[in-house]
Amino acid sequence: MKRIRFKIYNMQLALKKLEEAFFKSLMILSAISILSVLLFIIYSIVRKGLPSLNWEMISEIPTGGFYLGKEGGILNAIIGSIYIVIGSVIFSIIISLPIVMYINFHLKKNSFYKEVCRFSYDILFGIPSIVYGAFGFVVMIYFGLKASLLGGIVTVGMLILPIMIRSIDEVARRVPNELIETPQALGSTKFEMIKVIIRQIMPGITTAILLSVGRAIGDAATVLFTAGYTDSIPTSFNQQTATLPLAIFFQLGSPIEEVQNRAYAAALILTIIVLILSLSARFFSRKLSKNKI
Amino acid sequence: MIKFRIVKDKIARHTMSGLTVLSLTFLFLIATGLFFKALPIMQSKNIWDLLSASSWKPFKGEYGFLPYIISTLQVTAIAIIIALPVSLLTAIYLTEYANSRVKKIAYPFVDVLSGIPPVVFGVWGIITIVPFISDKLAPHFVEFSTGYTVLAGGIVLAIMIIPLIVSILSELFNAIPKEMREASLSVGATKWQTIKKVVLRKSLSGIIAAIVLAISRAFGETIAVLMVCGNTAIIPKSIFESCYPLPALIANNYGEMMSMPDYESALMFAALLLFVIIVLFNAGSRFILIRIERKYAL
Repeated sequence: MKRIRFKIYNMQLALKKLEEAFFKSLMILSAISILSVLLFIIYSIVRKGLPSLNWEMISEIPTGGFYLGKEGGILNAIIGSIYIVIGSVIFSIIISLPIVMYINFHLKKNSFYKEVCRFSYDILFGIPSIVYGAFGFVVMIYFGLKASLLGGIVTVGMLILPIMIRSIDEVARRVPNELIETPQALGSTKFEMIKVIIRQIMPGITTAILLSVGRAIGDAATVLFTAGYTDSIPTSFNQQTATLPLAIFFQLGSPIEEVQNRAYAAALILTIIVLILSLSARFFSRKLSKNKI
Repeated sequence: MIKFRIVKDKIARHTMSGLTVLSLTFLFLIATGLFFKALPIMQSKNIWDLLSASSWKPFKGEYGFLPYIISTLQVTAIAIIIALPVSLLTAIYLTEYANSRVKKIAYPFVDVLSGIPPVVFGVWGIITIVPFISDKLAPHFVEFSTGYTVLAGGIVLAIMIIPLIVSILSELFNAIPKEMREASLSVGATKWQTIKKVVLRKSLSGIIAAIVLAISRAFGETIAVLMVCGNTAIIPKSIFESCYPLPALIANNYGEMMSMPDYESALMFAALLLFVIIVLFNAGSRFILIRIERKYAL
């Protein structure tokens, strides 16, 4: 009797072990599949884009229209994207930095207002870019503006504002109390104290900027109505401008193979830019943790 | 001199507080802006009729949103069905089993995946998923498929939302106190039993919140889905037919339709619909996640 019970117990244990082994292998399988999907994506983009990637691609603007033209490159889109990104990042950092500083260093520790703010930035973060795009367009029409570089900058700025706020907030909350108290004990005003703190969290701000740049450069739906599309490089704020994602999107719709190839090359360029940005964001955030007090 | 510094401090303080208030009203501004633009169509037609009618003929004044709503739901459902098990298993593995070396490689990978722009996912979908469906997969089930299908949209979307779910779930599992796990292990439970009965059960509400957050992300995704789903305004009968989700509808038509006020208003109604659903979903799940975070932090 005892022996049988012991055997049953052993079998149950073996079953449990089997179940665990089964699920563990499933877990490893899914983790590996996620990694391999990423590698596969990069591989297929490189394979399609590399043959048509050449110097002409990044040094010339398209000739004969982006839809039917066979010659030229995507310089207009690269420059356009750079303009949009620089403009929108400056725009959103001017707004987000004071907000984060106010929430973290002016409001009381357990204030309800602080929670309300963070909560609403989280919600703003979730709003899809097409809604930002449509809303931006509505506002622009209300003020009688046409699709332009400026419109694109402001709308993309709005889109990355919550990202910027959330990631700067993440480092600002971890500022040690001593750093907040010491300048004030020496008689500085809060504004002067904040200047000290900003210097301290600079690597964190850099990471936030890189993250936002990554998002801003890749987003197509916001600039679709607000920045327009053109074959030339804009020379002022009220001209339309091309961007990389839209260049990919429009050129892929062309029936001509050369133009489609240009889209694949553009996709490769965009992927490389984004990979560099995300790697340097990692680098900076590691640097930040090294300087921890 | 001292006075000047104090004045400067006061100015800075008021600017900061002003900007904060302004940013809070932004959500409200978007809501009212979209609402007033969508008002004409809501007044001339019953909202319920708009949502349940299936004929979309703007030039005859028929605006039925049902095909778009069904398409959005189907694509989102496929994306969640594919993404959820994979990311749940991966998150459990990374938080419970993996050693620090694996973690050091895996988390950056997930980060990189989440940073890839939607349009690149779209291109990838066109060059790999779409031909795969039309040449390999679809012939087993239906006679003909272009590959630009509900399924293609779902697969691409699934891969886009996986990093989001993995990172939220990992944070969630990490937040569960070690003592709970140790208590379970010390009474003789195996590691897997502990995960099943303690970790997963304790974080159930958080998992649901993460899913809802992922759904709202999937709902609003535009370009990637638009590129692979075919864009025909019919109610898809199988996953091998093309579809037309709401965000794609707005993206494809909005810029040109300024001349027809009714059409424009209908598209704004679509944007409003998207906005309301996503704000509700986001607010609900964020609320739950924040509460969980606070509960375990104390």
